[in-house]
Amino acid sequence: MRSITPWARVYVVAVALGAVLCAAPVRSAHAPWGAVALFAALCAACEQLAVGRFGGGRGYEGPGAAGSGGTGGGPPRWHTPVLLAGAFLLPPAAAALVPLPGALLVRGAERTPWPRRLWRAGQLGIGAWTASRVHWSLGGPDAVDSSGFPYALFGAGAAVVAFCLVLALLDGGILALAERVPVRLAWRGLFVRSLVPVGVHGLAGLMMAVLWHGPYGPVAALLVLLPMWVSWWVFAQYHRERAAHQATIRALVQAVDIKDGYTRGHSERVGQASMMIARELGMDDERVEVLRFAGILHDVGKLGVPTRLLRKDGPLTPQERRVIELHPEYGHEIVRGIGFLGEARSAILHHHERLDGSGYPYGLVGSQIPEFARVVAVADAFDAMTSTRSYSRARPVQVALAELERCAGSQFDPEMVQALVRALGRGGGWHPAVTADSVQSRGDYPPASPVSSSTPTCPDGVPGQVGTKDGVR
Amino acid sequence: MRTLVHLTAGLLTTLSLAHTLWSGLDERAVALSFGLLVVLGELTRWSGPESREVAPLAAAGALSYALLGEDAGRATHHGALQVVAVVFAATLVGCVPHVARGQGPTADHLARRVLTAGFAAVCFQPLYNQGVFGAWGGPAYVLLLVALLGLTALCDAVLAAALAHSRTGWPFGPLLRDELRATLGIGTAVCATGVVMALAVAVVGLWALPVFSLPLLLTQLSFRRYAAVRATYRQTIASLARATEIAGYTPAGHARRVAVLSTAVGRELGLSEPELTVLEYAALMHDIGQLSLVDPVPAGATAVLPVAEQRRIALLGGAVVRQTGVAAAVAVVVERQADPYREQPVSARIVRAVNAYEEKVWEAGADGPLRALEELRLGTGQDYEPEVVESLARVLARNGGAVRERIG
Repeated sequence: MRSITPWARVYVVAVALGAVLCAAPVRSAHAPWGAVALFAALCAACEQLAVGRFGGGRGYEGPGAAGSGGTGGGPPRWHTPVLLAGAFLLPPAAAALVPLPGALLVRGAERTPWPRRLWRAGQLGIGAWTASRVHWSLGGPDAVDSSGFPYALFGAGAAVVAFCLVLALLDGGILALAERVPVRLAWRGLFVRSLVPVGVHGLAGLMMAVLWHGPYGPVAALLVLLPMWVSWWVFAQYHRERAAHQATIRALVQAVDIKDGYTRGHSERVGQASMMIARELGMDDERVEVLRFAGILHDVGKLGVPTRLLRKDGPLTPQERRVIELHPEYGHEIVRGIGFLGEARSAILHHHERLDGSGYPYGLVGSQIPEFARVVAVADAFDAMTSTRSYSRARPVQVALAELERCAGSQFDPEMVQALVRALGRGGGWHPAVTADSVQSRGDYPPASPVSSSTPTCPDGVPGQVGTKDGVR
Repeated sequence: MRTLVHLTAGLLTTLSLAHTLWSGLDERAVALSFGLLVVLGELTRWSGPESREVAPLAAAGALSYALLGEDAGRATHHGALQVVAVVFAATLVGCVPHVARGQGPTADHLARRVLTAGFAAVCFQPLYNQGVFGAWGGPAYVLLLVALLGLTALCDAVLAAALAHSRTGWPFGPLLRDELRATLGIGTAVCATGVVMALAVAVVGLWALPVFSLPLLLTQLSFRRYAAVRATYRQTIASLARATEIAGYTPAGHARRVAVLSTAVGRELGLSEPELTVLEYAALMHDIGQLSLVDPVPAGATAVLPVAEQRRIALLGGAVVRQTGVAAAVAVVVERQADPYREQPVSARIVRAVNAYEEKVWEAGADGPLRALEELRLGTGQDYEPEVVESLARVLARNGGAVRERIG
């Protein structure tokens, strides 16, 4: 977390005080202390297990991710069933106590700062209290007691909705105050996103509560947690594997960048520029993601071109040029078997086609060229012009855009060029962030000297291209 | 073995179907609900190469019906034979779309489901219906159910390993170990859900089924996504390993052949599933160090290069693999593939021997396989481990020289 604003501090303290107020009546009430202690311990154990197993970071991704829905609509943290079972079984004040020990005491792999712990404890305390309050006022405990299905479902559903609502409300506040998210965006989607996962966990919680009261007692209730735990474990595995997958792709792309003598991160920046264009064109999220991969992997075929050729110092013979021009086909051959790339595969094959049909490998014309390939071609050329190469200085973004616009129609699709111009104009310019920068050059490459770049050359030639050997056009 | 299993399952099914038809269904509503649950579970199952329990919801439903003693406080009277009949019929119905699409070994699946549910039911229902457990308290009863399902899971693992053994011819021991390991994962969830559902139905009646199916569906969804991303990852690695072939550093299909053979040899030597995955990835990427070379090695044949050069390329490959974010174990195998075998981990020994075999076969032509094996045997003094070479020979002999493709 960045430095915490004073208002955020006040907010956190206020929320924590709210939780204390919720829990205060427990002293006068007739609370089942044994059950409260057991639920609190379970909650803390779940949290500890999750932290230990899932690398610590997961639960503490920031207040925005806290408790309710996780980031990006993932399932809630897996102590949620315990929390909700507590809310279904215990009186409101006692239910508010359940999440406190876990939230306050459990420490992640890295130290969790106290404001965050306080925040989590307060938020979950208030959430549990609200859920329990709603459940009690709807006569839920009697329904749970006498297993009055389906009426118990109604009470539990209302409690889950209230729980999500409170968490979303509080989450939005902390997002606005601590993370400085604009107020109108802070609450967007928080509630809806958390409803389904919390609802499913709420069902598990309800089952726990019902079994707890049933003739088989708490032992049966504990069994409910096992499937939930397995589900969480698998979910964590999924995330780990996905991260490994992305790291693999990124690293192989870096291998291409190094082999080619490109400036570091070219492929990733092309991916980002492709993504900007795609968003501007209004593509849906899935296609945007595929297009990002298309941009990232567009030059992967250069793995198949001998390094000596890519780095040759001096003019290329026609034969050598033909070998280098094979790289889109090599790339397509390499990624052919990767199912999830879908349309990106044709983009890799055709990213050197030109609108007037003078490109390669097939010399396609106009709309024969796949849409993705037209996007990647623009993004590739844009990044080639705006990044510093050993043979040419980086050109300002405006110059590069003017260049692209000049070549639109002959080399590039004007629609894509306009989309890029609009995206850059709106988003405040071009600030690509390259994620993985820890690459040392490996292997026995000779010193870099570039051959193939994709700087545009319209038929009438582009000024300022001195020093570029026109290897690949 | 496989015929025996199928025969037993068939016999049991026929018996139970006949009995059920003869005496009619006890508690139709309960039978119908559980049957529907099993059908639903079968319909939502998927067939991934990685996941063993392909239909967790159906399995949990079948087990909980086998262990069901009460419905909302009223004792039920269905016997073990009725359980088998209902589970069989429901599984059969649920399988129809999968068969229509031509997926999955249905007979094995059906036999396993019937025998597992039958085992649990035979252990539980007769005793329950005689009122043996009547005097047991709540928690003791719960623990009994858990123990029973533990036993059932064990049986299921043995059964699955036996079926896989007779289907593929891989050694039984490692297969059983892998099955047991898989049981610890989703098997735990299935068993726990089976017990919870049986208990919950006993407390609240049939409402418990939809309520608790949803969380298990969540688990199933997670598993599915996990399997999908694993499959994608494997595709990526297999594809990128082809980069060396496209670059002309190695013959076409070399990496894949080495991976298939290495995995077969690793299985023969009894490696566990995670070890096999590491071995497969390492075998796919074993030549990737050549991408760092400015000029290709002729025909990619690293096995005939001077040892120092081999090791240098291996180290380069290890460095590349290390940066790709694949498990570090894979990088270790790749970078140590050229060491003398006594200093190597077993996976690296396999990759080394299989790679050398593949290269020699490629060069030799017609009588390649035999001569290549002979050369490997001559090299067992220092380069190739004798045991690995013998396993390789057995694998080759068993498959008549052609290893079936087992790569996703």
